[in-house]
Amino acid sequence: MIPARDILPTTRRGALLGAACLCCLPAAGWASTGVEEVAPGVFIRRGPDAEADRENLGGIANIGFVIGRDAVLVTDPGGSRADGAWLRGEIRALTDRPIRHVVISHVHPDHAFGAGAFLADEPEFVGHAALTPALAARGDFYRERLAEILGAEAVGPVVMPTREVGADGTVIDLGDRRLRLHAHPAAHTTCDLSMLDAEAGLLFPADLLFVGRVPSLDGSLTGWLGELDALEALGARQAVPGHGPALVEPGPAIAPLRRYLATLAEEVRAAIAAGQPIGAAARTAAAGERGNWTLFDDYNGRNVTQAYKELEWE
Amino acid sequence: MPKRLILAACLVALAAPAFAAGNMEPDRVSRWEDLTYLIFGDDARIAPTESLVTLAAPARAEDAALVPVTIATAEGAGVTGLSLVVDENPGPLAARLRFGPAGDPRELGLRVRVDGYTNLHAVATLADGSMVANAVFVKGSGGCSAPIGLSDVEAMADMGEMRMKFAAGGPEGSGRATLMVRHPNFNGMQMNQVSRLYTPARYVTEVEVSRGGELVFAMESDISLATNPVIDFLYRTGDARPFTVSVADSSGARWSQEFPAPESAVTN
Ligand SMILES: [Zn+2]
Repeated sequence: MIPARDILPTTRRGALLGAACLCCLPAAGWASTGVEEVAPGVFIRRGPDAEADRENLGGIANIGFVIGRDAVLVTDPGGSRADGAWLRGEIRALTDRPIRHVVISHVHPDHAFGAGAFLADEPEFVGHAALTPALAARGDFYRERLAEILGAEAVGPVVMPTREVGADGTVIDLGDRRLRLHAHPAAHTTCDLSMLDAEAGLLFPADLLFVGRVPSLDGSLTGWLGELDALEALGARQAVPGHGPALVEPGPAIAPLRRYLATLAEEVRAAIAAGQPIGAAARTAAAGERGNWTLFDDYNGRNVTQAYKELEWE
Repeated sequence: MPKRLILAACLVALAAPAFAAGNMEPDRVSRWEDLTYLIFGDDARIAPTESLVTLAAPARAEDAALVPVTIATAEGAGVTGLSLVVDENPGPLAARLRFGPAGDPRELGLRVRVDGYTNLHAVATLADGSMVANAVFVKGSGGCSAPIGLSDVEAMADMGEMRMKFAAGGPEGSGRATLMVRHPNFNGMQMNQVSRLYTPARYVTEVEVSRGGELVFAMESDISLATNPVIDFLYRTGDARPFTVSVADSSGARWSQEFPAPESAVTN
């Protein structure tokens, strides 16, 4: 059970506690790749296609920041407090402008736990309106599991959003650039937030776009297929996927993901129609996609399970 | 008592007081010893078996919120009841079933939540009241897998909706069926998206399937059952009467529904 009081509030007191802990963080091990400037003022660290471990300190997702005229926006903050502290160091090596916005794209630990490294900056923590309940249900579970791998100090606290984005979306203005945030219906998860810099034609779909690394389904399969169409319709010239290369062209990058998800839907529907049980389907459905993705065997079975429990009620 | 069962019982008595399968680390063994007394009573003697009861579950739980478990019991073993225990869960007894004359305990499929690395125990009650158990070890996986599904709250919308599916290929004398029940099976860890309050635990406590007054099975269940409980079971064929399903939950809600037997479709 997760008592609400165990989740660190992002109050001033919480922020101060966070600050007190920064000094005793282990040195981030995953500093090797550094950040790359994918567009003017936009810096991204490409995450490795690996699972969280002691070496990478949970830093497996693409994370980064946007330096604006007035302020810095972070998205995503990283996979642990240690990963976030490393990212914060990269920011401070480039600018001393205030870090005012930390956008947490969704509930998954490799994107969210870096927020703990930014508490002392007292930014607004921006998330989908459904991120709070998702973190409430899973945050402590994730924190404990990650702590078994990285140690509790490196993982840091569960940080709740202080600014929630509803169905109407919102805009964050950094002075010289406006970023449009969109809260998606259930797709990769139930709390996916994407960001668009319309002027630069740059889309930040976070984990709504996986490139090369097998996607993980944790929201709605039919929903995700629909959101891919919506993302493509935005007509952005470039995108920063949640996993994969730091910068891609949206159309060609979305196509393999759409094919995988459509195959998953088709083969799981066929398994349900044939009376194949969920456990057996997990070993066979979408197996033909194995050669197209890294970490396929670690996630495909789970994706089938997710798809099956969604589609069996159709 | 069938001869085979007597033989099996002797083997069980001779075996070392150890557990047939599952993870044998001292902590896990003592956890199971504690659980046997807590769940089955101070006098419970549960003998290990590798033949009378077998369990299958994925060694690595790909989705901690939905781990499919299938239990098989030997024909002629005289099994009258089956319990499934998820040792390390906060509510370890996932389900306890009693089989009636229209039922068949040879195959059973359930879906459970797992909170981490755990043994799963299937305990069979035999006609003479004795109990035997087998176990399998399941590793909860990391990554984005968690015992709470993100869409669990949505299952509230159609709570009590049921479906029954029939499949070919059951063992001699029995048919295969799957009962699906829409129910969030809240374990108290889910937060309501609008009110921001933790949804109190609310879960399916009883499922009974019968036909023409004859029991197929009656199940008691707890928070370790996955959201939207799905039960794969066997029933005795050669009866055209419809199935009656009744479901109750911890809030006192009750639902019941009738499903025509597949035989009736053939004979009509
Ligand atoms: Zn994700």
